[in-house]
Amino acid sequence: MKQPDTFDPGRHDAHSETATLLSRREFFRITSGALSMAAVPAGLAQTADGAAIDAVLPAHVQLTINGQTRSVDIDPRQSVLDVLREVLGLTGTKKGCNQGACGACTVLIDGKRVLSCLALAAMHDGASITTIEGLAQNDRLHPLQAAFVDHEAFQCGYCTPGQIMSGIGCIAEGHARSVDDIRFWMSGNICRCGAYPGIAAAVAEAAGRKEA
Amino acid sequence: MIPFRLQKVRTEVDAIAAARAGGRYIAGGTTLVDLMREEVERPERLVDINALPLGGIRTEDDQLVIGALARMSEVAAHPDTLRLQPLIAEALIEGASPQLRNVASIGGNLLQRARCPYLRMLDAPCNKRVPGSGCAAIGGVNVGHAILGASAHCAATHPSDLAVALVALDATVRVRGPAGERSFPVELLFRLPEATPHLEHTLQPAELIIEVRVPHDASARHARYLKVRDRSSYEFALVSVAAALHVEKGVIRTARIAAGGVGTRPWRMRASEQALVGRAPDRASFEEAAQRSLDGARPLSGNGYKAELLPRTMVRALEMTREVV
Repeated sequence: MKQPDTFDPGRHDAHSETATLLSRREFFRITSGALSMAAVPAGLAQTADGAAIDAVLPAHVQLTINGQTRSVDIDPRQSVLDVLREVLGLTGTKKGCNQGACGACTVLIDGKRVLSCLALAAMHDGASITTIEGLAQNDRLHPLQAAFVDHEAFQCGYCTPGQIMSGIGCIAEGHARSVDDIRFWMSGNICRCGAYPGIAAAVAEAAGRKEA
Repeated sequence: MIPFRLQKVRTEVDAIAAARAGGRYIAGGTTLVDLMREEVERPERLVDINALPLGGIRTEDDQLVIGALARMSEVAAHPDTLRLQPLIAEALIEGASPQLRNVASIGGNLLQRARCPYLRMLDAPCNKRVPGSGCAAIGGVNVGHAILGASAHCAATHPSDLAVALVALDATVRVRGPAGERSFPVELLFRLPEATPHLEHTLQPAELIIEVRVPHDASARHARYLKVRDRSSYEFALVSVAAALHVEKGVIRTARIAAGGVGTRPWRMRASEQALVGRAPDRASFEEAAQRSLDGARPLSGNGYKAELLPRTMVRALEMTREVV
C-alpha cells in the first residue's frame, strides 16, 4: 500500500499547505481513510495472483459503540480497531503491534476485554463495544481512570487506553485480588515505559473502591 | 491481507458445504487473522462458524465434554473443569493472555499454527509455508525448537498448552465432515513433520471439530501443569510438563505425563510413565523416570539446554502433583 507523504510542516508546496492547516491527527485520519478506501475498490478486488474474487463487496455492520448505535460500511478485512480509528474517528484506542501481542488495542466487546486488532469487524455485526472514550461521565473520570492519574500509572501514555480497558475487564472478572494476581492477569498489556508498579496499584485501588 | 469472502453459517451442514467449496473455518480468529495480515495465510473464503451450537461445557457421567466453540477463558473458569480436570484449567490459564483467552476457541487452540519465527518471515525458506523451500531454523536460530520428533524438513514445536494437558489425559476429539462423524485421541490429531511439514493435523478436508471429551481418571485431582518460559506469564513455553499421578498406599498406580515446547507435537512421555508405575512417589523415582523423557531426543545447534530443562521440569511437575491438597 502506498504510504502517505511524509508530514513536513517546513515544506511549502500545496500539499503541505493543506497539512499545516490541519492538526496532525486530523491529517493522518484523512489521508489514511482516503488510502484505505482507494485500496479497496468494491467488486474489483483481486488476489495477488490476479484471480478475481466474486464478492469482496463492502460489508454492512451495525455496532453499538459507547451506547450509540452506528451503521457502517466496511471492507471484510478491516479490524474493529481500524473501524474505530479510521472510520469512526475514535482514536483513543491505540494500534500498537497490530498482531495481538501488546494489548494497546484492548476494548470491551459485549462486556469482555478483547484485542480489537485481531477482531474482524465483519464478524461483529450487532456487537456492543466500549472504548476508552465511553468511560468518563462528562468531566467525571471513571474510577480506574482517576486511579491511573493518582498513581502516575503511565509515562508516554500510548498503552494507557488499553491498560485501562483491560483493567476494567480484570476487575470485573475478579482477578484483582492482590498485586501478584493483577500482574498475572494484566500481563497481556505491555508497557514499554515500565509503569507496571503504578498500573498494578491503580487497578488494585479501583478494585477496592468498587468493592467498598 | 488479500481480499476474501466471508460467509456466516448457522448449521453444521452449511458449514461443511462451505468448507468443501474451498472455505476456511474461522472461530476466534486470534491466530488466523494475524497470519492473514502477514500474508502467511491467504484464504480467499472464510466460513464464520461462531453461530454454530458448538459452545458450552457439560459432563456425561464423570467425563468432561468441551464444545469446540467454548472459549478458553470460559473453560478455565467453569466449575466442572475445576472439579473434574483442574489440569485443563491450569494449562489454559498459562496460555496466551486474558484478552486472547476471551476470544480463542478450543477447536482453534488445537489447530493453531506453529510459532517458528521463520514461518512468518516471508523472505526466509520454510517448508510449512512453501513446501520444498527448505527450513531456515535447522541451520539458523532454533533456541525454541523441538528436540523430539523433528525431521530434516522442520523442527517447529506445537505451541498449545491445552493440547499438552489433553494428550496427558487421553482426551479424544470428535469431528464431523463430509464423510460423517468420527472420534480419535487428541494425540493423533497432530502429525509429525516428516517430509510434509505443511500438513500439521490429521483432519480430512472440510472436517470440523465438534467437541473434546476428557475421560475421568483417578489421577485427575493430583495433576499439575508446569510451564517454564522467558518471562513469568504471557509467553510460549520453552519446556512445559503436564503430570498426573494416582498414588495408592504409597505406590504409584497411574502416571500421566506429556510435555510441550520440546516436541514437534504435544509429546506423551510413555517411557517415563512406565518407569513410575509400581514405584514410590519420591524424588529418586521421579529423577529416574525423567531421564527416560530424553529417549530419542536430538538437540539442534541452539536448543541443547532443553535436554537438561525437560527432565528437571518433569521432576518438579511430578513433585507438584504431590503438593495438591
